[in-house]
Amino acid sequence: MAKKLHVTTEINGAETEFLARPDQTLLSALRDELHLFGTKEGCGSGDCGACSVEVDGRVVCSCTMLAAEAEGRRITTIEGVAQGGELHPLQRHFLKEAALQCGFCTPGLIVAARNLLDRNPDPTEQEIRFWLAGNLCRCTGYDKIVRAVQAAAAELRETAPAD
Amino acid sequence: MRYAAPETVDEAVALLASAEGGAYPLAGGTDLVVQMSSGMRAPALVVDIKRIGDLGRIVSDASGIRIGAAVCGAEITGNAEIASKWPGFAEAMDYIGSMQIQSRATPAGNLCNASPAADCVPGMVAAGATVTVAGPGGRREIPVEEVPAGPGRTTLAPGEFVISVNLPPKPARTGDAYVRFTPRTEMDIAVVGVGVCLTLDEGGTCTAARVAVGAVAPTVLLVREAGAALVGTPVDDAAMDAAAEAVRAACRPIDDKRGSAAYRTRISGTIFKRAAGVALARARA
Ligand SMILES: Cc1cc2nc3c(=O)[nH]c(=O)nc-3n(C[C@H](O)[C@H](O)[C@H](O)COP(=O)(O)OP(=O)(O)OC[C@H]3O[C@@H](n4cnc5c(N)ncnc54)[C@H](O)[C@@H]3O)c2cc1C
Repeated sequence: MAKKLHVTTEINGAETEFLARPDQTLLSALRDELHLFGTKEGCGSGDCGACSVEVDGRVVCSCTMLAAEAEGRRITTIEGVAQGGELHPLQRHFLKEAALQCGFCTPGLIVAARNLLDRNPDPTEQEIRFWLAGNLCRCTGYDKIVRAVQAAAAELRETAPAD
Repeated sequence: MRYAAPETVDEAVALLASAEGGAYPLAGGTDLVVQMSSGMRAPALVVDIKRIGDLGRIVSDASGIRIGAAVCGAEITGNAEIASKWPGFAEAMDYIGSMQIQSRATPAGNLCNASPAADCVPGMVAAGATVTVAGPGGRREIPVEEVPAGPGRTTLAPGEFVISVNLPPKPARTGDAYVRFTPRTEMDIAVVGVGVCLTLDEGGTCTAARVAVGAVAPTVLLVREAGAALVGTPVDDAAMDAAAEAVRAACRPIDDKRGSAAYRTRISGTIFKRAAGVALARARA
């Protein structure tokens, strides 16, 4: 068996070290080595978005990335979205709007939606639907998800510090 | 399997050239890592090219725009100069996958994965793009259409890899476009994809035209006869019909679940006309 690689990276604000097989995906390392089980494996082929994480400010499917590539990168998973025990507005509005049923796609959707709102605080419905097209949900039919994102965006705009 | 992340082109070439068994460059991994996970490929060595500084940059000067082989789709479509000069190339890249895939996928990966249905490839071929290849024998620049050899195969020699995709300087009154046809509107593989680039003179007569068609043959095709049918014409209906006929004549597709060979051949002419219409409007704008 190939020698494991030592990877040092920043995950959810904390410097993190782990060992990974050279062919291990980031998704597998997050779950199996670091026990961050919030990131889900859906298809394993980049189609469903359940394993979405942010790497250096861009959302990727962690199943299409090797763990070794994470060396020196900054990663945010769903575990890093709530701050100091406070749910992120997206998380609160997903609950309020009932934007989930089984919940399997929810972590990926929230990671992807948060990245959208960081870039664009006031997206149109079409922009939201396009941005989230790589996150499949087989329960909700998406309408409630779109509404939750819109509500969270509105709340974030109101509470954003004026510059 | 071994993983290496060299910081120079020379180191990458040395690694790729010396490897026993399959050695693969890794760009976005949206093909390669998925193929590894599904057991379709078992590389002996993966060489991540994203730590090579120059490969992460887009450089524009009098000789054109050079896009480093590690630059992802999101960065390309977000580049104002590329979007305004080569919108057809940018839209071909943009068709690939979702936002997550765009955060990783590269044009050179799309080219070297060598799928007959690769979306960005007709866009690059129509625009007259080249690639710069580095290898044990040094560097060479070749037209994009010379890279694919067949499904999953390229003409690159062992140890060679693409370091940049190069878009030429854009002549005046030139427009490019890419249109693909899929059963679904998003996240699907092309039944046919057509890239067109044409140049007009001041009177509106076509002086140069390149037509590239994907998903209708083992490799993306540069259909010279279709381009030739447009040159010297005002790109009127008669010229469009003649060029569409040349596109259909060049098709050598297979039957698959997305469309029969006969269907693919027939609609390739239709999709060509749509792409040519957009390219023409852009050349006139
Ligand atoms: C969900 C999903 C949707 C997709 N949708 C589309 C689509 O709509 N249209 C489409 O065309 N494709 C699609 N793809 C396929 C893929 O995203 C594209 O082909 C992409 O451009 C590949 O680029 P990459 O950088 O990720 O390549 P990688 O996976 O890194 O590499 C692909 C191949 O090229 C080789 N390679 C990579 N870089 C170089 C280089 N610089 N020099 C030489 N060889 C190199 C690798 O060794 C490998 O064999 C999709 C993939 C997924 C997972």
